[in-house]
Amino acid sequence: MTDENGRRMPVWEIVLRYALLLGVLALMIGPFLWQLSTSLKGPHENIFSSPPKFLPGSPTLHNYERVADTIPVWDYALNSLKVAAANVVTNCVGATLAGYALARLRYRGRRAATVVFVLAMLVPVEGIIIAQFTTMRELGLNNTLIGVLLPGCVSALNVLLMRNAFLNLPYEIEEAAFVDGANVWQRFLRIALPAVKGTLAVVAIFAFMGAWDDFLWPLIVLSDPDRFTLTIGLNYLHGTFANDERLVAAGTVIAVLPLIVLFACLQRYFFRGVGEGAVKG
Amino acid sequence: MKSSSAATVPRAAAEDAADDRGPRRRIRRQLASSPWLFAAPGLLVVGIFILYPFVSTLINSFTDKRTLIPGEYVGLDNFRELLHDDMFWIGLRNSTLYVVGVVPALVLLPLLLAMLVQKHIPGITFFRPAFYTPVVASIVVVGLIWVWMLDERGLVNAVLEAVGVGSVGFLSDQWLLLLSAMAVTVWKGLGYYMIIYLAALANVPRELHEAASVDGAGAVRRFFTVTVPAVRSTMVLVAALSSVAAFKVFSEVYLMAGPNGGPAGEDTTLVMLVQRVGTGLTGRVGYASAISVVVFVVTVALMLLVLRADRKEDA
Repeated sequence: MTDENGRRMPVWEIVLRYALLLGVLALMIGPFLWQLSTSLKGPHENIFSSPPKFLPGSPTLHNYERVADTIPVWDYALNSLKVAAANVVTNCVGATLAGYALARLRYRGRRAATVVFVLAMLVPVEGIIIAQFTTMRELGLNNTLIGVLLPGCVSALNVLLMRNAFLNLPYEIEEAAFVDGANVWQRFLRIALPAVKGTLAVVAIFAFMGAWDDFLWPLIVLSDPDRFTLTIGLNYLHGTFANDERLVAAGTVIAVLPLIVLFACLQRYFFRGVGEGAVKG
Repeated sequence: MKSSSAATVPRAAAEDAADDRGPRRRIRRQLASSPWLFAAPGLLVVGIFILYPFVSTLINSFTDKRTLIPGEYVGLDNFRELLHDDMFWIGLRNSTLYVVGVVPALVLLPLLLAMLVQKHIPGITFFRPAFYTPVVASIVVVGLIWVWMLDERGLVNAVLEAVGVGSVGFLSDQWLLLLSAMAVTVWKGLGYYMIIYLAALANVPRELHEAASVDGAGAVRRFFTVTVPAVRSTMVLVAALSSVAAFKVFSEVYLMAGPNGGPAGEDTTLVMLVQRVGTGLTGRVGYASAISVVVFVVTVALMLLVLRADRKEDA
């Protein structure tokens, strides 16, 4: 086996590398698999056996049915999905528009607008949740999914990411379109936007993950169990039924599986840039 | 494209000069009618839900505002009360310990991990995303997985008993609980910082390693004389990001220690305290805001400290 310089790697190095890779893999993936295994163990199977049994004796989906009987887990999943999907749309649209305005347009107050987004990015969300909660109450949006969505629906970080992406585009292509008579919306939609698809994909993925995974804010803003998102529902399940690990395990699998599948499908967007850099370097 | 050959450069420069009066200028002018339309959604959201709450947190910290009561200006009373509040000092201690415990691990371990997955060997495109899985998973899922793993009768203790160490009360002892939460934070963060380091490592010139090799430097020597200096600015970035995040820790400890912060609340962190004090029908918004102000001040101080340490080493 050779490395990227065409130099042969010594056998011991290959063996050591794969041994380490597999060791880390066990550490990173093992806990998820253990959780999956626990969720598939039947009510009569001892989940505390010593030595631990890694494979369920007779795998069953019984625990998944029981979770759904205990808490409305599919409703919670749907709530999470609504918030996450809306978050993707609002972040992609809002951050792209604002990023374009910051990168491409000259007008009085542009610098001030940029500063506003930079400042907003620096504010630690954990420190302002109580005031966000109060603001939300003043708007009458507490205990609603809209209230869960709003504070992060256009994140300052995403705006600045899109701004940088637009800044990297050469002016010439837009000028050509301008000479051909394209107006600002046409140039934005047909010329600039398709050129920043990669960054947009990253924004979309992070927006989905961020909303689906968020815990502290929905915990504060939602009080009615009917409106819980999946993360809050899981915490509730854990608090109420802490004694049955099979149930909690089934709940966590429901929460994490869609995300792992989504990420597995889209992960090349994350790693492509890194890979390209490595080849060039 | 315009500088593709030396001969075209003067012409391109002339075009650039013309651009300032030409289409580029007109593009900017034409857009001048709609820029605020473009920026408005973002500005509104950020203004209403980030900057306004930030300012009102600062203002509220000087009031005795409660959940349904507007409250009045009380000067520095909240901050004076903080000084005598045992829970506040416990929170400050735990959040500080969290930084001390988590940051060194998150600066060093992801770098080693990045070096491990950097080489293009068969299967590496499987390992990289696999190591990223804990980053993708929700903190609630991660927290509940480890509560189960570290349970008295959980997998970790089963293994420890099998090798003769005996059962360890990871989730019942005040200090072990905090340490376990730190380990979980590190476990979840490894993949995230690994990606940041991978990008940095890609820019380290290979010649440096080769030169050091030729000079007879072993792998450990090369790590300290070539890799570390080359990724030093990235290490500072990771230190800054992870220390700010560690100081604001909430979810891991909340999930593993429970809403009240473990035995006698001894594992409460500052943000947990903010959440506990400031919410609910009797929530003391003013007092919670004062704790939030402490969180702001310390996070800003942490950033400045890390950046300053960086500059000193340069000099």
